[in-house]
Amino acid sequence: MYHLALKMLVADRAKYVMLVGGLAFASLLMTQQNGVFQGLLSWTTSHMRNMRASIWVVERNVEQVNETKAMRDTDVNRVRSVTGVDFAVPLFISVLKARASDGSDKPIQLVGLHAATLIGRPPDIVRGDLEQLRLPNAVFIDELAVERLSAGRARPLDIGDTFEINDREARVVGICRTERQFFGYPYVFTTYDQALQYAPRQRKMLSIILAEPKSGLAAVDVARAIERETGLRALTVPEFSRATIDFIWRNTGIPASFLTTIILGFIVGIAVSAQTFYSFVLENLRHLGALKAMGASNSLLARLLLLQAFAVGLVGYGIGVGLTALFGFAVHPIGQPPFILDYATLTVTGVAVIVICMFAALLGILKVSRLETAIVFRA
Amino acid sequence: MSLVPKSQSRPPVAVRVSGVTKTYGAGDGRTIALKGVDFETATGELHLVIGPSGCGKTTLLSVVAGTLAWDSGDIEVLGTRLNGLPDAAMAAFRGRHIGFIFQQFNLIPTLDLTENVSVPLLLAGVGRTAAEDRARAVLERVGLGDRARRRPRDLSGGQQQRVAIARALVHEPRLIICDEPTSALDSRTGHTIMEILAGVARSPERCVIIVTHDPRTYGFADRITEMEDGRVRQVLNAQDIQNFLATHR
Repeated sequence: MYHLALKMLVADRAKYVMLVGGLAFASLLMTQQNGVFQGLLSWTTSHMRNMRASIWVVERNVEQVNETKAMRDTDVNRVRSVTGVDFAVPLFISVLKARASDGSDKPIQLVGLHAATLIGRPPDIVRGDLEQLRLPNAVFIDELAVERLSAGRARPLDIGDTFEINDREARVVGICRTERQFFGYPYVFTTYDQALQYAPRQRKMLSIILAEPKSGLAAVDVARAIERETGLRALTVPEFSRATIDFIWRNTGIPASFLTTIILGFIVGIAVSAQTFYSFVLENLRHLGALKAMGASNSLLARLLLLQAFAVGLVGYGIGVGLTALFGFAVHPIGQPPFILDYATLTVTGVAVIVICMFAALLGILKVSRLETAIVFRA
Repeated sequence: MSLVPKSQSRPPVAVRVSGVTKTYGAGDGRTIALKGVDFETATGELHLVIGPSGCGKTTLLSVVAGTLAWDSGDIEVLGTRLNGLPDAAMAAFRGRHIGFIFQQFNLIPTLDLTENVSVPLLLAGVGRTAAEDRARAVLERVGLGDRARRRPRDLSGGQQQRVAIARALVHEPRLIICDEPTSALDSRTGHTIMEILAGVARSPERCVIIVTHDPRTYGFADRITEMEDGRVRQVLNAQDIQNFLATHR
């Protein structure tokens, strides 16, 4: 009987298209919005993937990785003195203005690395030698900086070219690839001391201390020790990621906005699918009554309706997720909007579609279970 | 014409209804459809149930088919007492022993004729290929073998009713229940349909009960039960029917 149930479903073209369309749209909306949201969240923690270290030490009131509250330079030595710390280096990070050739000012994310070790260096060097970063006024820029700071130039900014950061010359010695950050500013890497020359002078300039635990020690234990002994805030990468994402949830309307759209997708899915499926059941009520008269049990009819609901659910989900994947492929080369399609998103959307299908089928099943078989004898 | 059933030697009883009552609704809208109905039909019989609209004949057909719950009284069909039979067992009983022919045919428009006819077999658990082979064979018997892959909408009313008959017979049920099988058909087609049903009823294992308004069908009947106002008014046997037809010809 199951093959006949599927044939009955597909043969009613208008309803089938409506059902699949509704579920595809709901799946697309839920998956795509969730994917963009995940992408945005990943941007909020990109510092930690662009300047890799096991332990991030910040001023005690810092809540998330994109926030800086300056510390004293001597805090680096205090961290180094904590038992279990293998090494600790200073890192400067701040948003400054860079001037493009056309005279326009562009915000950049300036990162000052410890000159001796270059810890916190960019993850992916495209061109150039990182050792040259120790030369006067030398900077490494990421590909986004090439794009942004090339305005007014005959050819894109490249190794050997110069531009200005806060009215001081910066000479490009290398190009790197980074993960884009939340505010969309390009990364410019230089040494810590050089960065202090570019940045407006303040009493305290140290933004972050990057530390590593000694071999065999857990980063989380060493982080707690740093906190105990220095009064600074020390977090491992997972802890800082979690704190940053928590901050975004608590302090911005971004999650609420995405969540609203995702819920709307779910509601539209339920409204369209449940209504269409119920109307499909109503139109076939006489035939379902005839099947019941001919010996089909309520349980069999329920299984047939569930099969039909899940069949459209599967097709709708497949189309919706397929369209989302196409969206992902389309935006991937551009890099924005940020987009991450992970298994969790697919699973959550799949569960939502299952709930929608169950609900739609349930309405039909209730109707059919209450259907008096004798309806078939009424003209 | 006798108003009392004649006592004569009859084949085994297929359906026995004793003192059945059925009420629809409650309060002021309460309607008593069956008022203590007694009804009996034997195997090998084509039994018509006639009467004016609202007399309770379709309700009687529904309770005999086990598709409608009744309030009181006893019903026995093919040796099985239907009283208190659970829904699932009732459905299984219907699927195994009863074939249905409906006034509106109730063929599923999106399925082809073979698929429509194979439904009772599939419900009985027969495999798809075997069910469709059997369905095609029965369609052949009702003269529609060449249209097995057509959809119901491609057929005339008479052809659709023949498909419905094929569907009712495909699983070889012992009781065939028909609701106004000729009312939607012209007289010639109706005659053909009644000939087929009479042929089915000739089998000593089977019995056909037909609810009808159509006087053209009376000549095919072995027995006629006339109902009026929720009660059996009279039962006519074959001789009574011939007399009646001779009088009214």
